[in-house]
Amino acid sequence: MLDDFINQFWPSTIDGLALGAIYALLALGYTMVYGVLRLINFAHADIFMVGTFAALWTVRTLGVSTVGGVALIGVVALCAVVAGVVAGGSAMVLEVVAYRPLRKRGASRLAALISAIGASIFIQQLFATVVVHRVFGTSKEGGKLPVDEHFKKLTDVVDIGPIQISNDKLIIFLGAVLMMVALDQFVNRTKLGRGIRSTAQDPETAVLMGVNIDRVVSVTFVVGGVMAGVAAALYFLRFEQTNYFVGFLLGIKAFTAAVLGGIGNIRGALAGGFVLGLLEMYGSSLFGSQWRDVVAFTVLILVLMFRPTGILGESLQQARA
Amino acid sequence: MERLGTLRRNMMRITGAVAVSAVLALGAVACGDSDDGGSGGGNEVTLGFMGDLTGENSGLVIPPKQGAQLAIEQYNATNPKTKIKLKTYDSQGKPEQATSLALGAVKQDKIAGLIGPAFSGESQSVGPILEEAKIPSVSPSATNITLAEKGWKYWHRVVADDAAQSAGVGTFATNSGMKKVFLVSDNQDYGKGLADAIEKAVKAKGAQTQSDAVDDKGTDYSSTVNKINQFKPDLVYFGGYYAVAGRLFKQLREGGYKGKMMSGDGSLASGLIEGTGKENAQGALLSCGCLIDPTGKTNPKAKKFSDDYKAKFGSEVAIYSTEGFDAATAFIEAVKAGKTEPEDINTYLKTIDVQGVGKKIKFAENGELATEDIFIYEVEGDKLPLLGNSNEAKVS
Repeated sequence: MLDDFINQFWPSTIDGLALGAIYALLALGYTMVYGVLRLINFAHADIFMVGTFAALWTVRTLGVSTVGGVALIGVVALCAVVAGVVAGGSAMVLEVVAYRPLRKRGASRLAALISAIGASIFIQQLFATVVVHRVFGTSKEGGKLPVDEHFKKLTDVVDIGPIQISNDKLIIFLGAVLMMVALDQFVNRTKLGRGIRSTAQDPETAVLMGVNIDRVVSVTFVVGGVMAGVAAALYFLRFEQTNYFVGFLLGIKAFTAAVLGGIGNIRGALAGGFVLGLLEMYGSSLFGSQWRDVVAFTVLILVLMFRPTGILGESLQQARA
Repeated sequence: MERLGTLRRNMMRITGAVAVSAVLALGAVACGDSDDGGSGGGNEVTLGFMGDLTGENSGLVIPPKQGAQLAIEQYNATNPKTKIKLKTYDSQGKPEQATSLALGAVKQDKIAGLIGPAFSGESQSVGPILEEAKIPSVSPSATNITLAEKGWKYWHRVVADDAAQSAGVGTFATNSGMKKVFLVSDNQDYGKGLADAIEKAVKAKGAQTQSDAVDDKGTDYSSTVNKINQFKPDLVYFGGYYAVAGRLFKQLREGGYKGKMMSGDGSLASGLIEGTGKENAQGALLSCGCLIDPTGKTNPKAKKFSDDYKAKFGSEVAIYSTEGFDAATAFIEAVKAGKTEPEDINTYLKTIDVQGVGKKIKFAENGELATEDIFIYEVEGDKLPLLGNSNEAKVS
C-alpha cells in the first residue's frame, strides 16, 4: 500500500496538479458568483460543457487531425479563445435569463437556486436533444453521443529529474496558472475588479458609491464563464472527447474545491482545486481508485470541522488589493 | 392550532379521495383483466423488447433490437395465423426506469413475452415483476452470473454467462502466454462481476494479478494508469461498457502502456474504437458469449442472417444482433406451435430445441443455454473481426 504510494508519487503528483488545475479554473466561477450574489450557480457546470463543445467545434472547423509540439499549443490557445468567448457569452445570457429577473423582483435566494437547477437541466437537455444532433451528427451505431476522433494530440514526454511530464499535462497546468494570475490581477488591480470586490463587501454601499450592480454581476458571470471555457479547452486537450453530461461530475468536484478553499474566496478556490486534485490521486494510489472520492470527501469534512470557512477562510469581501 | 386543525381535516379529506380513487382504479384494472381473458387471446401476440435504446450504451442494444425486429418481420411476412407485434421499451439501461416500464408492459400492454432486458442491472430489478406476472423473458445480452441463481422460472437468456466468459478468457490468456494480468472494473453489477470472475480464472491458471476500479461517470483515469504502469502487466482486462473502456484504453496508451488490452461483451462495439481512437485501439481484444459472424465461419445460417440484416438496416451485423434474432426466434417457435398465452409459451421454452442463426437454442432448467461458447474478437482497422472460439484463438 505505502509502496504503491511511494512508487506512484511523482506520476500521481503530476496528474493531481493537472486535474486540480481544471477543478480550480472551474471553481473560480462558483466562488466569484457566490462572492457577489451569495448564489450557487449550479448551471456553471453546463457552461463548462458548452465550452467543451465549442472546443470540439473549433478543432473540427480547423480540420486538424494530428497535432504536436508548438502547433498543439496554438490549437489549444485558439480552442481556449473560442471556448472562452462561447462560454462567457452563455454565462452572460444565463444570468440575464435565469437570475436577473428574479433579482429584480427581490425573489428569495432559494428561488434563484431552483432557477439555477432548472437552467442546468435545460442546457443539458438542449444539447442532448438538439445541439449535439444538429451540429455534430451522431455516432456510428445510432447512439446520440459523439465520441470524436477528429483531433489527436501527439504526446511528448518531458523528463525533469525523476519526473516525467507529458506535454498535455504541462500545457494544462501552465495554461491554468496563467489564467489564474490574470484573474487575480483583474480583480485586484482594475476598476471593474474593484467594483466586484466592493459589491461583494456591501452591495448597498457599493451602489451609493456609484457602482453599477447589474454591470458588476454581468462581468462576474462573464469572467466565470471565460474561466470555465478555458478549463473546457484544456479538458478537451486532455481527453479529446466530450458529451452533454460531462459537466455534472466535474461541476460537483469544482464546487467541492471552492468550498474546500473557502467559498467566495478566489485564491481559496485555486488552493481548493489543487488540494482536491492531489488528494484524489494520492488517495487512489494508497487505497485504490474506487476510494478516491471517499478520501477526498473525508478530508473535506475534516477541514470543514476545524475550519468551517475552508482552507483560506476569508472571503472575497475581505480580499485586499 | 386553528390552522393546523383545518389542515389536518383537509388532509384527511384528500387521503380519503385518493383511497377511493385507488380502489376504483384497481377495480377497473381487474375488470380489464377478466374481459381480456374472456375474449381468448385473439390473433395477435405482443412481445416486448426492453433495453437502453437512447442512452450512453445504446450501441449494445440497438443491434439486438434490430435482430429481433428482423426475425419478427420475417415471420409476419409468411402470413401466419397469429401475427406478432413488437413493442419497444427504452429503459436507458437504468434499473429504476426499467421497473416502471415493465409494470406498464405487463399491466397495460399485456405482453406475452419479453425480449430483454438487455443489461444485467435492469434484469435484476425486472425479474421479480415478470416472475410475479408469469411472463417469460429471453435476454439477448444480460450475462451476470447471479441471474441464473435466483430460481426464476420465467427467465432465459441466449448468451453464455460471465462464468463461461471468464473461463474462456482464462483459457485464452494462458494459451497466449500471459503471466501478469491487471483487472479493472467500473464497479457496477456487470463489470465488477466479470472482472472478479476473470481474476479468479486466470489466477487458477497461475497468473499474477492486481486490480483497480474506475468511476463510470468520471473521465480521469490517470490513477489507474499509474497503477498499471507500475505493475507492468501482459494484459489489462476491463470489465464494463465501451464508453468507459474507450476512455481507459486511450489514457493507457497515452500513458505509455505497451501490453495487451482486453475487455468483454459490454465493450464489443465500434464505439470502443471511436472512444479509444483508431490508432490506439489496434489489437485490442474482446471476449463475448455472442457471435458476430458475417462470413459464416461457424455456421451457414449466420451468413444468411448477416446478408438479410445488411439488406434491411444497411449496416453489418453487430454485437448481439444474432442473439436478438435468436431470442425472438425462441418466442416465434412457441407461437408457431400454437402457444399464445404467457404460461404456455414458458412451458414451451423449457423444451425448445432448434438451431438459431448463432447458436443452438436449448435451455437448461435455470434458463441458461445448454451449450455455452465464448468467442474472441480483435480490433483491426475500424472493425472487430472474429478471432475464433476461446478454446482455439491465440495472440502472440
